[in-house]
Amino acid sequence: MSCVPCTSHLKNLTLAIAAIALLTAVVGCKKASINPFPASGAISGWDKTSDTRVFAAKNLWQYIDGDAEQYISAGVVSTSTSDYKYQGQLEAVVDVYTMSDTAGASKILATGQTKDAKTVTLGDAGVAYAQSIIFRKGPSLVRIVAYESTPRTQDALLALAHGVEAKL
Amino acid sequence: MNNRREFLKTTATGAFLLGAQSRLGLAAVLDRDTKSKVVVARDPALHGPDGQIDEKRVLVLLDRAMAAYTGREHPVEAWKHILPQGPGKIIGLKTNGLGGKGISTHLALVLAVCERLQQAGVKPGEIIVWDRNARDLEACGLTINSDPSRVRCFGSDVSGFEDEPVTFGSAVNVKLSKILTRECDMVIGLPILKDHSMAGVTFAMKNMYGVVQHPQELHAGGCNPCVADLNCIPVVRQKVRFTIGDAISSVYDGGPGFHPEHLWQPNALIVGEDRVALDHTAWQMLERKRAEEGMPTFEAAGRPPRYIATAADVEHKLGVDDPQRIHLMEI
Repeated sequence: MSCVPCTSHLKNLTLAIAAIALLTAVVGCKKASINPFPASGAISGWDKTSDTRVFAAKNLWQYIDGDAEQYISAGVVSTSTSDYKYQGQLEAVVDVYTMSDTAGASKILATGQTKDAKTVTLGDAGVAYAQSIIFRKGPSLVRIVAYESTPRTQDALLALAHGVEAKL
Repeated sequence: MNNRREFLKTTATGAFLLGAQSRLGLAAVLDRDTKSKVVVARDPALHGPDGQIDEKRVLVLLDRAMAAYTGREHPVEAWKHILPQGPGKIIGLKTNGLGGKGISTHLALVLAVCERLQQAGVKPGEIIVWDRNARDLEACGLTINSDPSRVRCFGSDVSGFEDEPVTFGSAVNVKLSKILTRECDMVIGLPILKDHSMAGVTFAMKNMYGVVQHPQELHAGGCNPCVADLNCIPVVRQKVRFTIGDAISSVYDGGPGFHPEHLWQPNALIVGEDRVALDHTAWQMLERKRAEEGMPTFEAAGRPPRYIATAADVEHKLGVDDPQRIHLMEI
């Protein structure tokens, strides 16, 4: 008699562990498959004009040789990048650095800020310049850079940045 | 050069060939107590009011720079003076597109150089515009082309790298691009002036990181002595004989990537044969700009470009970094 409850408990425990494992796997998969890049047309005027390229930390040099080390020392895990175009003219690039923790993202955000930096309400913290926006949200650091400065650049970049933030 | 035996033969004898092949006189500068010439040619109107580059003015600026450097007023004569003698020589133009579209060698400069090379007698197919890979070249606005009836343009991702690594000093052990070792008789460097987060400055000598398979292995110690060592590898030393440095735009901080918040337009070309003197001159330009912006010196920022002095030392003898031995012509 005393073994019956034990068996029952064991079964329940096994089921619970299996359920937790399944849930973890599902959540893990969801995290791994987060796509922060808005599709063409998702943000008014913006088209995604390239495939997303992903670089593991050890291969980051292939994308930003010479710059890679500062991200590696701040704990970058992977970097994703994609090109965009606004209204068929203004070209920009979106880089999303996934760091191992929020401290790494904060460190990069604080690096190299100039007196022209304007604080923007994006993610956990962010700054904007005439042709670029950089912000962090959790362990993610996002850098959006336009190749041209026009009267519309800043507003367009901000709209795209909000689109990326919403997907993080 | 078509096979490995010839490649090894050339790399082994490159140091001897330097003195014999150079028509410009760097060997004489290094051997005697004379000066290295560096020309900084400027045109404040190179960028129009709309921020776009005036391509015609780039060509005119290039002509002025070459005339000042060679002492030959006519562009064709100036170019003939720096080119190797004899027909069929392959001229490589090593651009730098690492920083992406915003801070790569300007297309207008590449086109201007190609135009003058052809007028000086180089056939289109004898010109190879090259860099690490297609992406870097496209960042400059170039189109990949291997058709030998036109100017060729492709990266080391197409040509591949030598199987046999070459070494210099204690730190450099690299596999070189076959474009350098097998295709080109002479390479003209077309670097773009930039701040560099590790080396301090990237310009003429640092541009050679784009000719090796794994440049990421050469960044320790602020790229010192690796930049100097790499440039001392005989085939690099022998073939990379002239530099037309792009200082049309530059980043004075945050480099080598594109940081528009630190973008600056010197509207200049920096031209010469002595890569050490060129880098010293470029370094000083960046220091002055950083001072104007209230930024710390490279020394204070913890990344002085020490590789420049290393390249000038007795072990390397790549050029001169003593301002007293640099004949700086600012025009």
